[in-house]
Amino acid sequence: MEIRTTTRRTFLGLSLTLPLGAALTACGSDGPSPSSGGGGGKPTATIWYLTGQPAEGVRKASAERFNKANPDAAVKVTLFENDAYKTKIKTAIGAGQAPTLIFGWGGGTLRSYVQAGQVDDLTPWLDENPQIKDKLLESTFSAGVIDDKVYGLPTDRIQPIVLFYNKRVFDKVGVEPPQTWGDVLDLVPKFNAAGVAPFSLAGQSRWTNMMWLEFLFDRIGGPEVFQAVYDGEKNAWSHPDAIKALTEVQKLVKMNAFVKGFSSIVADQDADQALLFTDKAAMMLHGSWTYGSMKSNGGDFVTGGHLGYMNFPPVDGGKGDPSNTFGNPAQYLSIYSKATPEQKEIAKRYLASLVTDEEAKAWIDVGSLPVLKGTESLLAQSPDADFLKFTYDIANNAKHFGQSWDQALSPTAAEVLLDNIAKLFQLSISPQQFAENMNQVIGK
Amino acid sequence: MTAIASGAPGRTGRRAVAPDTRDRVLPWLALPALLFFVVFGVVPLVGVLALSFTTWDGIGDITFTGPASWREVLADPQLPHGLWVTFQVMALSWLVQTPASILLGTFLAGHQRYRAVLAVIFFIPLLLSSAAIAVAYQALLDPNFGLGAGLGVDLLVQDWLGEPHLAMGVIVFIVSWQFIPFHALIYQGGVRQIPRSMYEAAQLDGAGRVRQFFSITLPQLKYTIITSSTLMVVGSVTFFDLIFVLTQGGPGDATRVLALDMYKRGFQANLMGPASVIAVIIVLTGLGLALLLRRIGGASNPAASQLDGA
Repeated sequence: MEIRTTTRRTFLGLSLTLPLGAALTACGSDGPSPSSGGGGGKPTATIWYLTGQPAEGVRKASAERFNKANPDAAVKVTLFENDAYKTKIKTAIGAGQAPTLIFGWGGGTLRSYVQAGQVDDLTPWLDENPQIKDKLLESTFSAGVIDDKVYGLPTDRIQPIVLFYNKRVFDKVGVEPPQTWGDVLDLVPKFNAAGVAPFSLAGQSRWTNMMWLEFLFDRIGGPEVFQAVYDGEKNAWSHPDAIKALTEVQKLVKMNAFVKGFSSIVADQDADQALLFTDKAAMMLHGSWTYGSMKSNGGDFVTGGHLGYMNFPPVDGGKGDPSNTFGNPAQYLSIYSKATPEQKEIAKRYLASLVTDEEAKAWIDVGSLPVLKGTESLLAQSPDADFLKFTYDIANNAKHFGQSWDQALSPTAAEVLLDNIAKLFQLSISPQQFAENMNQVIGK
Repeated sequence: MTAIASGAPGRTGRRAVAPDTRDRVLPWLALPALLFFVVFGVVPLVGVLALSFTTWDGIGDITFTGPASWREVLADPQLPHGLWVTFQVMALSWLVQTPASILLGTFLAGHQRYRAVLAVIFFIPLLLSSAAIAVAYQALLDPNFGLGAGLGVDLLVQDWLGEPHLAMGVIVFIVSWQFIPFHALIYQGGVRQIPRSMYEAAQLDGAGRVRQFFSITLPQLKYTIITSSTLMVVGSVTFFDLIFVLTQGGPGDATRVLALDMYKRGFQANLMGPASVIAVIIVLTGLGLALLLRRIGGASNPAASQLDGA
């Protein structure tokens, strides 16, 4: 009897503790908790970065460099795939399980963190350490500043969006790179007649389509058109210049300017870049970050000098300055407000270690433009000097460096925007419907 | 329950071994499963229901806003669209999967060795993860670098995932490709349960194979069909991973099923309230469909189900 009772009690006890235990460990292993130390008992700050070369290598190397130089502290890097990371970091912050350093793109997402009190104001720290602020390019701060306070420190690299083109294909068809929007429209039928897609586009990713709208809005109506949306002005999307830009996009789609099947191509798999370097497409509007992967995947396409690049051409009669650009002014690191004071201290030391020439050189070595000042001589020595000089000039001469819309807007508005952009490119809604749909989420 | 009421574990333990009260101890055996269900099923469900009456961006504070999210979702044209797309996926994949699975299951019900080998081969798609399948198909269907372009077969060079109807067809095809093995396995078991004597009697009466299939196999499989259909239908209400990787609900919102809509609202647009509303709607839809199928299956007549496969 005695044994039987005990067995049942144990059994019940087990059944009770098992699910609870499982639930607890499930939570615990999901995100490194702020108090948990790693790296052999040393105080450790955590950071989540993205997978994907070459940036992955550079970021991991700087963390390793920091750990070697600081025997009393450590940063622990965990890597996530881009889209998965964007979901994971939000969930982790909501659950109070975020890493010490929060990596992001600033703008609307950072604003939502700030409003929830989840990230620290870095302004006092920057005031105490003026050498850090002095070393960073002025234009890179913009997207990390919310209400005149710095919440995200610019790191990594500057990535404007540029118009890439395939010189081989242009020679074959016997045409010149476009100087104006009119030239672009003239080129489309010529390439189509030659059996080459005028533009490569990974339309399923949606933000790729968005880059077209960003530039057409800017070149036709100037940065003020989107600024009005950003400022929450009523019916800002119905501005006549906005409608004109939206109409131009649909005109392109109707002319078959984009590669066949573009709405089922995904940017994550770099198929859009492959179309360009395999001579299946003549041009591609894309972020400067694709340069590195085209160089490593495209055979001799980049090294053989077949890749051409330019800023988006001006639209005749448009109001926007032709020097304006869009893209990522920088990536940003913020400090999680619920991290321990010890972790925050390590995080700040780590941030300071990113603002060095050594770091700048690491980025230049992989063909990227660092966010730091005084890198001209390093840029000139790089094997990618031409391209780096080109992006450096764009970033420095731009009258207006616009942040990508989906990052600038709140996540709620950005999702509606991306959805409507996909439909606009599908020709399933008209420019007017697009504007109406978007007007409804202004300020949300 | 009586055991809890009596309160003395020693005494109930003694009673439990008595054969005449064996039924009283049986509910205890369900306890671990019940606990798992409460912790991982009921608790989150109540949480989601509570969340559906709040406004939360997933990051900041949760504020109670009453039925605001419900009103927003119910007035949104995306909801009927999502329901319609979900229904399409459900109905089309049922229509493709059920006949194919029954035929395949019946074929595999024999005991020859070659059928056993084939069964293993047919089973392979089910062993792959949906995400991996989606990525593989995405590469195969790519209009520029996919199978069609590679083989030079123009018919295969279509914008498979870029045209709304084609995309829906592709999803139904892949879902079926993935899950037919599972349902064929269920039907295989069902067919093997049918007494041989029935077929022997039919043969004596001069019934051919086709006649035997329609007069014996199919009617005897009635409850297997109900079981398999319930799994298919309820499963397709929550269908997410394959579509998420394959089309992200596109082109436009042509393949945006309810589960995907929930994810997009909750984790991409940071609208946890409306996302929870959709989640509740999904649960209710699934429950309703399961109950409906049970009703159709004649669960009210347990004697009939006892006979099935006896």
